[in-house]
Amino acid sequence: MMWRGVFLGSVIAIGLVQPAAAVMAYVSNEKSNTVSVIDTDSWQVVKTIKVGQRPRGIAFTKDDKYVLVAVGDDDTIQMIDAKSQEVVGELPSGPDPELFTEDPDGKLLYVANENDNTVTIIDIDKRTQLGAVQVGVEPEGMVVSPDGKILVNTSETTNMAHFIDLASRKIVANVLVDSRPRFGAFKPDGSELWVSSEIGGTVSVIDPAKHVVKQKIAFAIPGLRAEAIQPVGINISSDGKKVFVALGPANRVAVVDGVTHDVIKYLLVGQRVWHMAFTPDEKYLVTTNGVSNDVSIIDVASLKVVKSLQVGELPWGVTIARH
Amino acid sequence: MIRTLCVAAALCVLTSQVPAADTTEIKIGYLRQAEARTAISLLDIPAADDGVAGAKLAIDDNNTTGKFLNQHFTLDETTLKDEDDPAAAIEKIAGRGISLILADLPADALLKAADAGRARGLLFFNVGAIDDRLREADCRANVVHTAPSRSMLADGLAQYLVWKQWRKWLLVVGSHDADKLYAEALRRAAKRFGATIVQDKVFADAGGARRTDSGLAQIQSQIPLFTQSAPDYDVLVAADESQVFAAYLPYRTWLPRPVAGSAGLVPTSWDGAHDQWGAVQLQNRFVQLFSRRMTARDMQAWMAVRMIGEAATHGHAADPKATLDFFKSPDFALAAFKGQKLTLRDWNLQVRQPILLGDGRAIISVSPQPGFLHQFSELDTLGVDRPETKCRLDASKG
Repeated sequence: MMWRGVFLGSVIAIGLVQPAAAVMAYVSNEKSNTVSVIDTDSWQVVKTIKVGQRPRGIAFTKDDKYVLVAVGDDDTIQMIDAKSQEVVGELPSGPDPELFTEDPDGKLLYVANENDNTVTIIDIDKRTQLGAVQVGVEPEGMVVSPDGKILVNTSETTNMAHFIDLASRKIVANVLVDSRPRFGAFKPDGSELWVSSEIGGTVSVIDPAKHVVKQKIAFAIPGLRAEAIQPVGINISSDGKKVFVALGPANRVAVVDGVTHDVIKYLLVGQRVWHMAFTPDEKYLVTTNGVSNDVSIIDVASLKVVKSLQVGELPWGVTIARH
Repeated sequence: MIRTLCVAAALCVLTSQVPAADTTEIKIGYLRQAEARTAISLLDIPAADDGVAGAKLAIDDNNTTGKFLNQHFTLDETTLKDEDDPAAAIEKIAGRGISLILADLPADALLKAADAGRARGLLFFNVGAIDDRLREADCRANVVHTAPSRSMLADGLAQYLVWKQWRKWLLVVGSHDADKLYAEALRRAAKRFGATIVQDKVFADAGGARRTDSGLAQIQSQIPLFTQSAPDYDVLVAADESQVFAAYLPYRTWLPRPVAGSAGLVPTSWDGAHDQWGAVQLQNRFVQLFSRRMTARDMQAWMAVRMIGEAATHGHAADPKATLDFFKSPDFALAAFKGQKLTLRDWNLQVRQPILLGDGRAIISVSPQPGFLHQFSELDTLGVDRPETKCRLDASKG
């Protein structure tokens, strides 16, 4: 009796509070085939959504209506309705989608097909494929320039950042970076493209106009062997001043000065930190920690890790609503 | 330096939109010896294209990258029969304009081939032979080793057994030369990492009829007897590269003890079950192309062709000297799905690599194990390290 009462009460409470007020973070759990929904006010997991196999890349649509999650082993991208928090549809992503990105209008989706050396272009509203571009071996990182003109894809075994002109859908440049490039992020003003190299252990800062590497940022953590430092996720603050780089099995997030490119600080988070997302006010940064099966919450102003939260198995990606 | 390379790369691509006449052809040789390899388990009998398939997959990977740089890679295969002279084969291969050669040959044949290629400036990649002497007293300045050495394999296994606190070993050694060499590496590893060999026994190859009913029955009674008299031990370590008896050890020992070495927990450079660090992608690509699982030999060949591809990407296409200099430089790092970058030991041209420990179904662990420290690279806790090496590349032939 008692039990039932408590249980019902909590369900109702969640039902009432959840959709209206709080901003939600969605975390893809690669191994448990679920997405954890986290309330960013209370920092509690409020729901676990069952999705397809091997969920990795995850992102809100620009209008915050859907959360898209690439389920690679099912060869599709699932659409989660952000209101009902249920899977309501899917997008024809092509085989083995891993990471994807939207154009600035939120109309087109560009998907890296890891097993196919291809980038697939999808019309989100119509849920149809518009075309494909052949890229390097194991395409992964995907980012569109702030002006919407260029898509940059990184390929893990080719070790290049491919610059694809979105009007012609042709590759216009390839920039060689260090081994196993994982992720790319533009500064909000479009002046720099940062690309992480997981095995190379560096972040290349690329001049997107000249297609050259301006600088390579290296990391050194006392007491930690160099091989354990493996940069993956990159998040740049909207003023371009702070850059956060997830260092994988180093279990740390590097904070880099966006202007001088100096490393300011290393923040100890969970094990094998992979991807990250800011809350809309940029007060907090959420990191996924694949081996410790949790997420860490970083206070961006004080540069301190303030909380960690258990999620599913092998948390990989995270996305947070923009509004 | 890097800046100019990138500019060059970008320019190359812009021109590559036009079907170009100036594509750089990079021909890679693959020289191997036809071997009838036997195994106790049918599952362990190598495919006819063992090794070559890995090279072919890497050629595909290189060509995907190469289309952005106007580079095209091809594989030129030669298979030697027992009586064929490797030196003569090298003359023919070099005559076809090839200067980078993967060799899957026994140690002596490899040395003949390497020495024959020396005057022509050919660079070899040893993708098969695990003999330590090829990295030590008989090292050559024109042979890069992507295959791990016996001592690297033995050290990788020993670190794990010691970490498990299985320090008392019963060592059982086959009667063939390769078995003895492996046993030597295991004894060295035991000494280095603090294990004790409680007994060192030979299992003589007396021939047999393993594929008859009586054969199996015989083995079933033979092994308990063979292991009955040993002092108590934590783990049985078998050195049986010739695959005469080791696969029969598990479940048949007198005392219930785990088996490692040539059966049970086996150290290797690759396994079809390895799925960490993005390896699933490579495994999937391989199975799609060849309808079988990727083996250690396939991986060692894949690594060699990918190394050549990396050198070409960095502007050293098909020039053996520049290629080798690049491998020795700090700019070189190979990503090979083992959780960290692979680099080259400049003192004997051995590729540093983690060693996988598998039981044939799954990867149990990957060495180096935590806690085995090294001032330069923890990967150098595996195999013969710089201060101990007998290799003198400048004095060596080659």
